[in-house]
Amino acid sequence: MIRYLNQERPIFLQIADMLKDAILSGAYPEDSQIPSITEFSVAYNINPATALKGVNLLVEEGLLFKKRGLGMFVASGARKQLIGQRKEGFYRDYIQPMIWEAKHLEITSGELLEMTERGMEEHGDRNQ
Amino acid sequence: MGIEISKISKRFGSTCALREVDLELKEQGLYGLLGNNGAGKTTLFNVITNRLYPDSGSVRVDGAETADRDDVLGKIYMMGEENYYPEDMKVRKAFELTSLFYPAFDKARALELSRQFGIDTKKKITKLSTGYASIFRMILALCVNTPYLLLDEPVLGLDARHRDMFYKALIEKFAETPCTVVISTHLIQEVAHIIGHAVVIRDGAIIKDAPTETLLEGCWSISGPRDKVADFVRGKNAVEESIIGGLSSVLLDGLAEDVPIPDGLEKQKATLQDYFIALMDKEEQRDESSCSQSI
Repeated sequence: MIRYLNQERPIFLQIADMLKDAILSGAYPEDSQIPSITEFSVAYNINPATALKGVNLLVEEGLLFKKRGLGMFVASGARKQLIGQRKEGFYRDYIQPMIWEAKHLEITSGELLEMTERGMEEHGDRNQ
Repeated sequence: MGIEISKISKRFGSTCALREVDLELKEQGLYGLLGNNGAGKTTLFNVITNRLYPDSGSVRVDGAETADRDDVLGKIYMMGEENYYPEDMKVRKAFELTSLFYPAFDKARALELSRQFGIDTKKKITKLSTGYASIFRMILALCVNTPYLLLDEPVLGLDARHRDMFYKALIEKFAETPCTVVISTHLIQEVAHIIGHAVVIRDGAIIKDAPTETLLEGCWSISGPRDKVADFVRGKNAVEESIIGGLSSVLLDGLAEDVPIPDGLEKQKATLQDYFIALMDKEEQRDESSCSQSI
């Protein structure tokens, strides 16, 4: 789950994204404890205050909660909430750029639908 | 309460090593003291720890003047290049001796770090290689547990793996037992995300002193075709420009995040190192122009 940090976005946002990915993938299951601020800052070589800022973003969104004296835990329902968040961004982040590139390559909407079907089939069409 | 440095000046003959330095090092901060060789980093540390007397000005630690006050100076530990241990002393013995002077010295942690870094504690200090001599001094610094820690070029002579291990040990210490750490280094990129506050020193004077985030806020590098870049940066605060053929890249300071970037231009967050280099170049140019004016 350890990714390299890049220069394009503030570090605390990248920490928040990494946490969200980990919750979504099940690496940090709901109701389980996540690593401590010290562990995150040591793993990424970052200032503990920056790590805390990233973790706090998820607390504000209700994805993590603090158990006094114990540490941070993943909230129940966090995964579902994240899926909802990501679906909203899916059209903007994936569909729009795809249509844009499809137009460049003169791909028709029929061809596009066909490709989507093929992709879903190749990945076992798990969600249907 | 922190360390308050006010109006410190120090000359060595005709060289002005520190010029009226004012600096506040707050409790539980992780500071980076950034400057080129000869900028005055070590001199400043030596003045803070009273190893050098300043020509003027004062240093206060938690409100008390440091000048010849051992109790006050005991709150600060400085890791420098020198060893203060008897020549034939072995590493393990040096750890024991350190606990006498620094009651909060964590010997168990020192031995654990020695194992991690692969330092032979039965070896005489003077027989350690350059890298391991650095590691030995660094382990002492990380384990003395004084409220203030000054690290002067702590990774000098360390290979990449040992540097990484050092940063991790430092972050862990800082996160677990809060203290004030000042780390002087010219490997800026390696500490860019670790330090919370950057102090830039040049030619004995402090030219920047701000939280790293604030310092880089509004610092962007804009690149693309030369004339397009020139159009966009006109009237804005350009710190540095680099040109490769028809392409140019300009580092802007104070650019609002929501300013739209014209098509064909690329905007990227400036790194602390980019910013530092640009700042040094700019100061250099200013010096040169003021020199030619006085001639």
